Amino acid sequence: MNSVINKKENWTTVISSKKKWFDINIKDIITYKDLIFVLVKRDIVSIYKQTVLGPIWFLFGPLFTVFTYTFAFSTIANISTDDIPAPVFYLAGTILWSYFQSCFGGAANTFNANANIFGKVYFPRLIPAISLVFSNLLKLGLQFIVFVLFCVFYTKQGLIHPNMYVFFFPVLIIIMAIMGLGVGLILSSMTVKYRDVNQLISPFMMLVMYASPIIYPSSSVPTILKPYLSLNPIVPIIDTFRFAFTGAGQFSLNGLLFSFVFSLIALFTGVLFFNRVEKNFIDSI
Amino acid sequence: MSEVVVKVEGVSKRYRLGIVGAKSMFEDVKKFFNKYFKRIDILQDEGEVNDRTITSTSSNYVWSLKNLNFEIEKGDVVGIIGRNGAGKSTLLKILSRITAPTEGEIKIKGKIASLLEVGTGFHPELTGRENIYLNGSILGMSKTEISAKLHDIIEFAEVQRYIDTPVKRYSSGMYVRLAFSIAVHLEPDILIVDEVLAVGDADFQRKCINKMAEISKKDGRTILFVSHVMASIQSLCNKTILLDNGTVKFIGDVDLGINKYLENKAVSISKKIEESKQRDGNGKVIFSDFHFENSKGDKIDTILTGQQLVFVFKIKKCTHENLGAIDIGFSVHDKHDFGLANLYSSYQKILFDVDADYSIIKFLLPDVTFTPGYITVKGRIIESGVESDAYHGVLGEILVEMGDFYQTGIVGQSNWGKYLIKGEWIKLV
Repeated sequence: MNSVINKKENWTTVISSKKKWFDINIKDIITYKDLIFVLVKRDIVSIYKQTVLGPIWFLFGPLFTVFTYTFAFSTIANISTDDIPAPVFYLAGTILWSYFQSCFGGAANTFNANANIFGKVYFPRLIPAISLVFSNLLKLGLQFIVFVLFCVFYTKQGLIHPNMYVFFFPVLIIIMAIMGLGVGLILSSMTVKYRDVNQLISPFMMLVMYASPIIYPSSSVPTILKPYLSLNPIVPIIDTFRFAFTGAGQFSLNGLLFSFVFSLIALFTGVLFFNRVEKNFIDSI
Repeated sequence: MSEVVVKVEGVSKRYRLGIVGAKSMFEDVKKFFNKYFKRIDILQDEGEVNDRTITSTSSNYVWSLKNLNFEIEKGDVVGIIGRNGAGKSTLLKILSRITAPTEGEIKIKGKIASLLEVGTGFHPELTGRENIYLNGSILGMSKTEISAKLHDIIEFAEVQRYIDTPVKRYSSGMYVRLAFSIAVHLEPDILIVDEVLAVGDADFQRKCINKMAEISKKDGRTILFVSHVMASIQSLCNKTILLDNGTVKFIGDVDLGINKYLENKAVSISKKIEESKQRDGNGKVIFSDFHFENSKGDKIDTILTGQQLVFVFKIKKCTHENLGAIDIGFSVHDKHDFGLANLYSSYQKILFDVDADYSIIKFLLPDVTFTPGYITVKGRIIESGVESDAYHGVLGEILVEMGDFYQTGIVGQSNWGKYLIKGEWIKLV
């Protein structure tokens, strides 16, 4: 009976106590699309306000990491880099990983980081997480330019052999973004009530990082462990990326497909869980 | 009859008390099992009315709102009033979709925007202009809408010179003006405003009130307004909703609603004055009871500044001997027990004879000039130059709310200082 009245009286919004699993308001997100871009601008601008070097600082972190890795893992520990020059090898792994990590961390921390705003005004709660995916893209873009410069340098020396698969790069980024967002959203909905989950995030990330071929090539993984490693959806992405820009390592379309399907499932599950908690999270934060 | 734009049907909100920890997790697990295996309706769970006079509770839950039902018509300016904890903020939060109700439904027609705080999401490093876009988008405006109104927003806020300066360098007044200016240029069909008017200087306050009145009258927009400042409610609203312990106590005419609010819960906290042993003096004449009244003689526990307040002392003669005339004195304190004023009847050359067992003495304060907040009264009785009673406790407590003290509709910085003053202004040269 209620629905008949609703149609007749033409309500724009119905605030209800009922929670439906699939009640995802995509239209709402589209209405607020401008907010996504304003938040992206805020994230970027606020980082380099009152700095001299500005966005250049985005490059400092990864370059420093690559320098450390080259020194610690390649020079001292002598871990194989599949005959790829160490800077290119580590940079390839690091920039993709750090993009995943920031998308994931941003999404997982949505409720804590925005508790104040969320407590004062309504807009679709997914928006800050989505906007972080885009603002991290700029960071990734700058890092990618540096990576390309390295690649050009080493290609001229004949040490690496980029191939047609470089055009897969955007696809890899999209999969990474979806996966980071998806897994992050799942965790964010778990952190709302019990902050215990928060404590598990950084050990978990460390585990995933070392289970991904970032400081070692997939080829150096012992055969016994290979089946387990292939369960990690990040592996095919990094492998494909390295293969595309250096010609070394391996490329598997099936693996990439697995990553893609995994990321879609993660996003779908994440949005469902997120949607479930967003209505009342402010009462328990 | 005009069109209904907000329809609240059976809305309740339950909050959990206490902290979230291992115990609450155990409860959650239990609840989950009950829900899915035993099919018990978990909403039937205990839960008490939100009454802050109850200090201990058997329940882990409290109903902040209980079964609200009301409708708001297009173009209404509704003032929501009630004591702290009456459920005003919860209602606003539900209306602005910050949290969902536990039960019930709210139907809304038109675009809704809420202003529970000015400058939500302002980033200190960004310039005024950048923050206009940021805050405007957060409040639900599109980029084109903001660009179209940019000029008006800047002009209304009077910050033209500083618009490209980071807002962290703004004075608090400029900050608030800019934030409010964005909000009033929102132009939603329904605007929800929490006590944001209590900021800014008097001039800007008047500007805001005028702007809000203009929005509702000219464009037929609906406004829901929560405030403790009765003067603003009176000058702005055409309807009022009085909340008490999470239920609607009154809905309708503004003046009636405000009167209802003022006499709300006129309970005397001083029931036991007569029996208390916490007192000095020879005890020949003692305080027996005390309450406040308004000019009409109603018992009250809230008063507006500028109104007449009557102190009603009931005193008891505890001896059969004939007594000399008594001098009755009292002092007024603010919530920190800081003395605001004291007065003995003898200062005004007035003494009272007491013959009967009980007598009632009234003191008429023509004009309440204390700044808003709770004030308390303590008292002392002197008989023939000897202290007869000095009650240690508080005789009575009353909440002073900002009324139309200046009789201009302007509220001013009503929380500044201890007293409000007004007088005549004369220009000589």
